[in-house]
Formats: sequence, C-alpha cells, structure tokens
Amino acid sequence: MNKVMIWYGELLSQKSLIKRGLFFLTPGMLWLILFLILPGLILIVVSFAGRGAYGQLVWDFSLENYKRMLGFGIFGWTPDYLIILLRSIWVAVVTTVLSVLLSYPLCFFIAGKPERTRYLWLTIVIIPFWTNMVIRTYAWFLILAPEMPLAKIASWLKIISPGMPLYPSAFAVYLGMISMFLPFVALPLFSSIERLDWTLVEAAQDLYASNVRIFVHAILPQTLPGLSVGVILTLVPAMGMFVVPDLLGGAKYMLVGNLIQQQFGTSRDWAFGATISMCLMVLTMFSLYVYKRKSKGVELL
Amino acid sequence: MKGLFLKGINKSFGSVRAVDNVSLEIQSGEFFTLLGPSGCGKTTLLRIIAGLELQNSGQVILDGEDITTLPAIKRQINTVFQSYALFPHLSVFENVAFGLRSRKVPNPEVEKRVNRALDMLEIGQMSKRFPHQLSGGQNQRVALARALVNEPKVLLLDEPMSALDAKLRSQVQVELRRLQQKLGQTFILVTHDQDEALVVSDRIAVMKDGKIAQFGTPNQVYDYPDTRFVAEFLGAANVFSGTYRDGLFHSEIGILKFDRAPSWEHGEMAIRPEWIKISDTEPEINGVRATVREIIYRGTNLDIWMDPGPIRVRSATTDSFKIGDQVWLEIAPSELVVFDE
Repeated sequence: MNKVMIWYGELLSQKSLIKRGLFFLTPGMLWLILFLILPGLILIVVSFAGRGAYGQLVWDFSLENYKRMLGFGIFGWTPDYLIILLRSIWVAVVTTVLSVLLSYPLCFFIAGKPERTRYLWLTIVIIPFWTNMVIRTYAWFLILAPEMPLAKIASWLKIISPGMPLYPSAFAVYLGMISMFLPFVALPLFSSIERLDWTLVEAAQDLYASNVRIFVHAILPQTLPGLSVGVILTLVPAMGMFVVPDLLGGAKYMLVGNLIQQQFGTSRDWAFGATISMCLMVLTMFSLYVYKRKSKGVELL
Repeated sequence: MKGLFLKGINKSFGSVRAVDNVSLEIQSGEFFTLLGPSGCGKTTLLRIIAGLELQNSGQVILDGEDITTLPAIKRQINTVFQSYALFPHLSVFENVAFGLRSRKVPNPEVEKRVNRALDMLEIGQMSKRFPHQLSGGQNQRVALARALVNEPKVLLLDEPMSALDAKLRSQVQVELRRLQQKLGQTFILVTHDQDEALVVSDRIAVMKDGKIAQFGTPNQVYDYPDTRFVAEFLGAANVFSGTYRDGLFHSEIGILKFDRAPSWEHGEMAIRPEWIKISDTEPEINGVRATVREIIYRGTNLDIWMDPGPIRVRSATTDSFKIGDQVWLEIAPSELVVFDE
C-alpha cells in the first residue's frame, strides 16, 4: 500500500496522496450531501405525501400529486399545470435564444475595442450583477410606467390603452428575463470571441463564402464552447426563475417558478410544491442530457 | 496582358511603412517567391494580392483587369495560409469542397473536382478524416488541395512549410516545385527560408524594410547579390571593406584584383565561402596567406574559419591541414562580388 510515486514532480507515498485528496474533497462533499443530496431526497419523499387540512404533511404515500400535476383533478382533466410548465420552457428557450442573438453583436463590439477600453465595456455588462435582482426588477416598473416613453409609444401604437403601464405582461417578463440573463450568455461568449482565430474567417472569404457560410463555418464552431456555457447558464436557471415573472408577469403570465413558490408559500401545500420541483428537475436533467448528446465532440459539462 | 502586375503599392500600419512603393511584374505560370526576414512586409504584400488587406495606394492588375478594389471573395486568387486555416469541424473532403460549395457548383462536379484534387496531392484515402486526425504534412496537402481545387489564376502560399520539420520540408519543397510545373499555374510563395526560395522559384524578390532589395532568378540573386544584405541573407558570405584605388581593391585581407569596376571609392566586396579555394602553393592571382583557426563539421562539408578576417571557407575535406596550419587561399577575381553601395 505504501507505494512511493512521483505526482507531478513531487515525491509522495500513495497513502499520503490519498490522505491529501480526502482532505481537500471532504468539505465540499459534506456540503453537497448536506445541502443538495439530502434535501433532494427529502423532496422526493415529500412529493409522495399529502396535504392536511391545516397545510401539514400527511404521510399517505400516493401518486395523487403527480396525477394532479398531469391535470387529473376532482373536476376532470385540466392541463393548467402542464401549460405553466410548457410556458416556462418556452420562456426559458426564447430568453436564451434572444440573449444569444443579442450577445453576438455585443461581444464582437466589445472584442473590437482596444484593450484599454475593452474592460470598461465588460464592466458595464457585469455591473447589473452588483445590484440585487429584486431591485433590478423593480427598476423595470419605473421604465415601463405609464408616464415613461416606452408606455407612451405603446399606447400611441394602440398596443395598450392610454394611462396603463406595460406591466404585467409577457413582454415585460421577457424584457426582465433577458436583461437578467444577458451577461450569463455574453461573458462566456466573449471569452470565446476574444480568442477567435480570424484566419479562419479570412480563409472562408478567400474561398468565396457568403456571410451566412462565414458565420456557420468560421465563427460558430469556434465560439461553440463559450456559447454552450452561456446557454446552459441561462436555460437552466431561466426555467425555474420566479422573481422576475412574479413581479413583471404577475398572475397574467405565471411560470413554474411562481407556482412552486406559491405552493410552499400561500397555498401551504409542500407536497405538491415538491412534486412540481421534481418534475422541473427531471425536465432540466433530461434537456441537459439531450443537449449533451446533440453536441458531442464539444466539451461542455 | 497575362500575369500579375503590382504598381506602386504602399501600405502603412500607423507609422510603420510595411510596404514601400513596390512594383512587380509576375508572369503567368511562374513560381515567384517573396523572400525576406520577418517584418520585411512580404506577408503584407501577399495579403494585398489576396485582397485581405487594402493598400494605401497603388494598383493590382491581374491578366489585364484592375482588381485593386475587388474584395478577396471576388478575386480568382486563393491562399494557402501559414496555419493552413482548415475548418476543424469539416472533413478533409468538405474542407476541399468549401470553395466550390460557396459558389454553388453542382454536387457531381464538386465530387469529381475534389476527388481529382485529393488524388493529385495523394490524400485521396483521407477524405473522410478530420484535420485534427492528420499530421502537419497531410494538413498542408489538404490546404493546398483546398486552394487549387478552385483553379485560381494565382495561388498564394504564406510560409506553408514553417510548421513542418526540416526533412519533410525539403521533400515538400521539391514536390511543390514539381506540382507547379505540372499545373503551369502562377504560384507566389512567401518565405524567410533562403534554401526554400532557391529550390522552388523561377524568380525571387528579396525584400527588406518594405522595399524590393533585389529581384531576379535564384542564380542571379545568389551569385550576383547587389547589396551586403542580399548576400548575407542568401547564404553565407565573407564581406571585406576597403578602398578602390588604381584598379585594385585595398582590403583588410590584402590587395585584390577583380572584374567589375565599382562606382565607389570606399565600399565592400564579398565572396561566398564555397568559392574560395585552399591550396598549399601560392596561387597566381589574389592569393591570401591564412591561418586555420577553427574547423566546424557540417556533414556534407566543413566550415573553416581562417585569420585574417576571419574568412570562412567551405571545403569538402580537411585532409591536408589542421588547426594552426598556414595555407594559401585563392580568391578568384571573377568570384568576387562588388556591391552597389
């Protein structure tokens, strides 16, 4: 057991190496077990429980919650919860796609700046991170208020009636979501674009490529690593987002994040909340799995 | 008018003049080389020909057509990039087919032309592989095929051998020369390797500081360099400075006779190490008494450093002498190169 080996230039016995590895790993593992795996397991168990008259958990272990999730209620089949779930996926996908579309020009713009000012521009992109999410979302209330130009233009175009704010609405949710997640796409994408080998673009030009071909063959493959990170960092949290849709969408545009929050909060139905969480988690895992399968060859996760 | 004509090309990057009033006539079907040290503007000039860089002034004329303001995408010129710039996510076949597909050439013809190009460069059996699965030499062939398949009027090669090891490089040079002769296409090569330039070229333009220092066949630029820079850049040279008086060159190694009268009074002359003969007896003209200081073994020959000077002599053997011996050197007047300045 006490074999001596050279570990990246350092002479060690195998035993001391294992000891060292455990020393570094244990805190992280404990943290994950205590705060991720255990609660996750509890969530699974709770999702099979029921709700008592006063909101307490009733340990009856049935599939009732999952049936309810799928829309089978006392009054027949209603797909309300499924619609919310699908809508959440839709919002997350649209948010991600729009963030990507906005990030490309933004990143090329910043990457084209001289090095001195480049980091100033990046800081501007990062600054929203320094502000609390709730405050940032409330700021949209101000921007979308009836007295502000955006709402004025909208009422002039007869999209909303005069004197009304632009929230709560799907538009406001998208606005809030994109402003929230744009930096998550833009920053990893920027790191790819900054290191872009422009010779490939020149080679494509030299070989008579159209602008679309240049993007698809010379730019996209090179920026795929950054893009993938950005997409995952946006898609996954966007699916469970609740602050922004709650404030900017309200009851008009409920997403699964709000639904879960509602179950654990006002409805006091922890069991059903856990069920929805499980569904969301399974769905997220599944989409990541599909994503990984689809983009094999590129190191992602 | 067939051929590529450059007229008064200028290009500056900030305060640096990368290309300084260069005019060249490159004949159709010739293997032309731009040779020079790094930073001499040769790559910039190549990029101007490719349409990847816009000159500040000057004209580019290809087969009688003024292409000065045409972008790369519209020029019938293709480039083999220094890094090859192959598309990593495309197979060898698709890389080579790229230009044809961009121009929407019908599929059967793409297949025919790509396969022909791959076979010509002997990489036909690799068409399904990806660039990262190939060696440097194979990737270079792919890059070459990718450019040639478009049948360009001019093929540009930007230091295509720099990533290859020495043995492969000398082999590829000969192959490249043969390929160009077979195709009869205009090739323009950029390189800093003088051996490569001498091996492959019909004509060489030696560049320095954005200007053409000398222009001619490999033979002309090697045997008759106009300046010290050209002489020393193309191989080794012994350069002597001295004074021209009474038809003789009074140099640091002695009084020498020579064939061509210089235009100067104080100046430099040179002789290549392999042109100096070593003998035991005093030669009839231009004999220099020298002492052997150092012998460097180089495989095919030996470099012998002698005093005075030091003079470098390249010889096949050292049988007749050793370090410290005194020998006679014969510097033939016809071999002595007189510089212009």
